[in-house]
Amino acid sequence: MTGKMKKLKNMKKTTKSNMITYGIVIVAFLVMQILISTGNISSLLQGLMVPLCIYIILAVSLNLVVGILGELSLGHAGFMCVGAFSSAFFSKCMKDVITVAPLRFFLALLIGIAVAAVFGIIIGIPVLRLKGDYLAIVTLAFGEIIKNLVNVMFIGVDSNGFHFSTKDVMSLNMEPDGTVIMNGPQGITGTPRDATFLIGVVLILITLFIVMNLINSRDGRAIMAIRDNRIAAESIGINVTKYKLMAFTVSAALAGGAGVLYAHNLSTLTANTNNFGYNMSISILVFVVLGGIGSIRGSIIAAVILTLLPEMLRGLNDYRMLIYAIVLIIMMLFNWAPKAIEWREKYLSFGKRKKEAVK
Amino acid sequence: MSFISYLINGLSLGSVYAIIALGYTMVYGIAKMLNFAHGDVIMIGAYTALISMTQLGVPVLPAILIAVVVCTVLGVVIERIAYKPLRNASSSLAVLITAIGVSYLLQNIALLVFGANTQTFPSVVKWSGLSLAGGQLKISGVTIVTIAACIVIMIVLTLFVQKSKPGQAMRAVSEDRGAAQLMGINVNGTIALTFAIGSALAAVAGVLLCSAYPSLDPYTGAMPGIKAFVAAVFGGIGSISGAFVGGILLGVIEILGRAYISSQMADALVFAVLIIVLLVKPTGILGKKIQEKV
Repeated sequence: MTGKMKKLKNMKKTTKSNMITYGIVIVAFLVMQILISTGNISSLLQGLMVPLCIYIILAVSLNLVVGILGELSLGHAGFMCVGAFSSAFFSKCMKDVITVAPLRFFLALLIGIAVAAVFGIIIGIPVLRLKGDYLAIVTLAFGEIIKNLVNVMFIGVDSNGFHFSTKDVMSLNMEPDGTVIMNGPQGITGTPRDATFLIGVVLILITLFIVMNLINSRDGRAIMAIRDNRIAAESIGINVTKYKLMAFTVSAALAGGAGVLYAHNLSTLTANTNNFGYNMSISILVFVVLGGIGSIRGSIIAAVILTLLPEMLRGLNDYRMLIYAIVLIIMMLFNWAPKAIEWREKYLSFGKRKKEAVK
Repeated sequence: MSFISYLINGLSLGSVYAIIALGYTMVYGIAKMLNFAHGDVIMIGAYTALISMTQLGVPVLPAILIAVVVCTVLGVVIERIAYKPLRNASSSLAVLITAIGVSYLLQNIALLVFGANTQTFPSVVKWSGLSLAGGQLKISGVTIVTIAACIVIMIVLTLFVQKSKPGQAMRAVSEDRGAAQLMGINVNGTIALTFAIGSALAAVAGVLLCSAYPSLDPYTGAMPGIKAFVAAVFGGIGSISGAFVGGILLGVIEILGRAYISSQMADALVFAVLIIVLLVKPTGILGKKIQEKV
């Protein structure tokens, strides 16, 4: 017993912090499960559990790009879109072939993540040559292009195989027995609803495991070195392109995983501005900013608060986006304005000053 | 004939992009920031003109003037409250994220005040336009006025920046902010002036855009705003003539793409242009190359 205690004490600070983060997620999940099974939670809130998991995964994965890599990506929802549609496509095709729901979901997840990762690499190679404002606007552009492309895709299947068109269902030229899988702006309907709260939480834990291990690894330190000073990092032999691409691709793949969860939580999947467009990318950014740029635990907490708060205070729902906007501006001013930093150090740094005195 | 009429429509849309792009390019040149909220200032300008005309019964020209004044004040207030405190922030992401927040704030205020319904914008140009080649080629009045307005604005602005004292101050601040300050130039005032000019132009652009495409909702400004930024980058950011060239080219590309390739993919085409330009020639057509210093 004492040995264990000693081990806990000698644990590295980062490991301890990671354990706390895993612990928070697991405890929160158990509490919610108990509340759900005792019937203390409204069905509305219960329906919000899977979306909440999706938001947490998205926020954590975006934090990898914004907080750790130090670049602003406004196309995060695009990767989610890619993951969602590729996995929904697979699940709909395999609906009658693979009847075991968890297996089907697992395969769909692998496909969604893989496709999103491939898109991450394809988009990352040109985009990561840029930085700052340009990178932000180009990721935004890619997000919109992905959304537009999805909205003009028509795919159907019949006895002759797959048919593809960018015009309409008629030009697919299918046999009468064929079914339309992807119907342009109407998207994919009839995806099996395989996503559950448990799967969502497991995915969150996997996401956390990947992101936190990456941050605390040699690779993660290289990525942060690039963030802090690209030229200095380059001069000590860090391969800037490789590490930037690594962070970007991992982030894209995780967003794809969130997309898979999203697709399998709804029976109808369409791509519009609110779910896979600019608005979604901004909402995720708000979670990251409110939780603290670079703080993984903060992203989780912010995603939970900003998702549950407007639903619990019903009158607030109309003002949700307005509140997001104000939160974004005030957080940035409070955290980054030199005057605000000065003010904070003057009045709010009792803890810090004590530490310095001890030193 | 249809090709020529598409081309003229493209020139007209491009003129609107060019006027909006001026706002981006001047602010980017002087404050070194991407004013994400610029597109939403356009939307506010269009709403102001619409309400002045339909609810208050103001004639067209005073209504445009009211929109210009409202947008100028709005632009300066945004700069003062949201951007100025972050001018010397350690992270360049800070001001970019704040600008996104302001953009979002304006959209959602408009959503609450004016509602989500699309409103029909009455044309500010009563002239029915020209009919050439025996009625085969029709050019609407709005198109001609838009192109003319764009050319006039370009000439006036170029003269202002090249010849006037405040214009020289703007060029000095954009070249080296610290040195300009040492020379006794009021840097904060110059940056505020830049925002004022950019926002005033945004109001004009909003009215012209909504006259040509007469529907207005709280998201009207967002897409043209982003496309105008693409135009500014295309032409070379920081350069006034670059904004003109980039805007016109982008407008023509968009209209021709819509006509001959696919109407749904026109937006994607515009963004593809941005990506190609940034990869091939990041400084744009008329931009200057600046060496990165260590």
